Amino acid sequence: MPETMLDGHRIHVDAEGFLTDPAEWDEELADVLAAQIGLTLTDAHWKALHFLRADFAQQGETATLRRVSTLGAIPVKELFALFPGKPAKKMAYVAGLPKPHGCV
Amino acid sequence: MTRRLLVLGAGTAGTMIANRMRRVLDARDWEITIVDKDDVHLYQPGFLFLPFATYRPDQVRRSRHTLLADGIDLVLAGVEQIDAGAGTVTLGDGRVLAYDQLVITTGTSPRPDQTPGMLGDLWRRDVFDFYTFDGAMALQRALQQLTGGRLVVHVTDMPIKCPVAPLEFVFLADAWLRARGMRERTELVFATPLSGAFTQPVAAERLGSLLADRDIRVETDYLVERIDEQGKALVSYDERRIDFDLLVTVPLNMGAEVITRSGLGDELGYVPVDRHTLRSRAYENVFVVGDAADLPTSKAGSVAHFAVETFVHNFPLLVEGREPVDAFDGHANCFVETGNGKGLLIDFDYDTQPLPGTYPLPWVGPMRLLTETRANHLGKLAFRWLYWNALLPGRPIPLPAHMSMRGKDTSLLAAA
Repeated sequence: MPETMLDGHRIHVDAEGFLTDPAEWDEELADVLAAQIGLTLTDAHWKALHFLRADFAQQGETATLRRVSTLGAIPVKELFALFPGKPAKKMAYVAGLPKPHGCV
Repeated sequence: MTRRLLVLGAGTAGTMIANRMRRVLDARDWEITIVDKDDVHLYQPGFLFLPFATYRPDQVRRSRHTLLADGIDLVLAGVEQIDAGAGTVTLGDGRVLAYDQLVITTGTSPRPDQTPGMLGDLWRRDVFDFYTFDGAMALQRALQQLTGGRLVVHVTDMPIKCPVAPLEFVFLADAWLRARGMRERTELVFATPLSGAFTQPVAAERLGSLLADRDIRVETDYLVERIDEQGKALVSYDERRIDFDLLVTVPLNMGAEVITRSGLGDELGYVPVDRHTLRSRAYENVFVVGDAADLPTSKAGSVAHFAVETFVHNFPLLVEGREPVDAFDGHANCFVETGNGKGLLIDFDYDTQPLPGTYPLPWVGPMRLLTETRANHLGKLAFRWLYWNALLPGRPIPLPAHMSMRGKDTSLLAAA
């Protein structure tokens, strides 16, 4: 996996720029990653990101939008407003977690 | 004293487990009971072919009791409640079954009721599913009457049972329409909540053009909020509308309602388990095999088959408090029909994405992975016989339970 420097953070990423080691993430890096995709993080973004990080630590996989909405109490509609277009992918990217994926 | 093994659900995983365990466990020590609501076992992979009238209904249905070995007690009843603390299961008719060990194999089901508008006036008139026998047969009638327009194939959300089936459906629909001279007046759209029709890097690189070559429009990151019944359109959370004349949808999939009712499930009604032993994370004497578990692998019969292999090795040890000898790796392989008598095969596990190569024999095959071949299509058709005659009865099938990297092109992993 390629190693790269991003605003002073040394990180390992996959071909699409997703962190491959969630331990390399911190909140400062999240701001940098968010800026990369044109987002400025607000408290509402952080609520989703904190849920995603905590859930990943427990489950070992990135939560789906439905899981964030059901267990994290953030409606799917709001997730689309916070992370326009591709909320599942964008949330995972900013949270330093693997991209949610299909089987093929 | 005789111990009681109770299996809930006589589908693919449950039938295999009951039959395999009947041979492994001494009948003087263990009673085996399996519960299902009716006596009809359905070969679910065959549903894909029913809409195109490639299979007849009698080829996908068997009586459950004819598939179970002697010495297994089949109880036909719905399950009302599981009390895992007390070790009892209450049936719909009020009977209570006590167990020493419980195996939950209640699968996953399409839930059109979870999307507003899906189960309305258009259901089974212009909106169809093909993951149920009735849905597949109703769709067959609708296709016979199709004269053109926009046919949309749609996935509501992941995970779904047999994740490749919607893709297969769109490929088969394309070939079916061409064979009838209707393709030019039928627009095909594939709408998926994922970021692409193929999302795993190597498969996406190898197969990316399959839909474009067939002039199938792909709508990605599409998460449906509701169906506009008056306007005959899907409407997503980000307000994208997709009009349709005929909608073939895969509704939200959820675990059995009894799981949620009994407080055993996650947000979609799947039971959290240890991904290697399939043992419930909450109860030591509860195991979950097949689609009912929250495993991060495909919900598919092949996964149930490979998981059962591991389970059969481990169960006698785990119930004695000993260490498991085997660990399930999330192994899955799936045929993907691509139309015109050809198919793909994919083979993968928790950690490794589908790669090109050969299967089951390294470098020999005869199946080729991630490549369209006639042999793969024939393999898929032949599997129905294997399912009824070898897989369900628990006869040995020469397919390794664990995924092997031998014969796979791993050089593509570094490139991906």
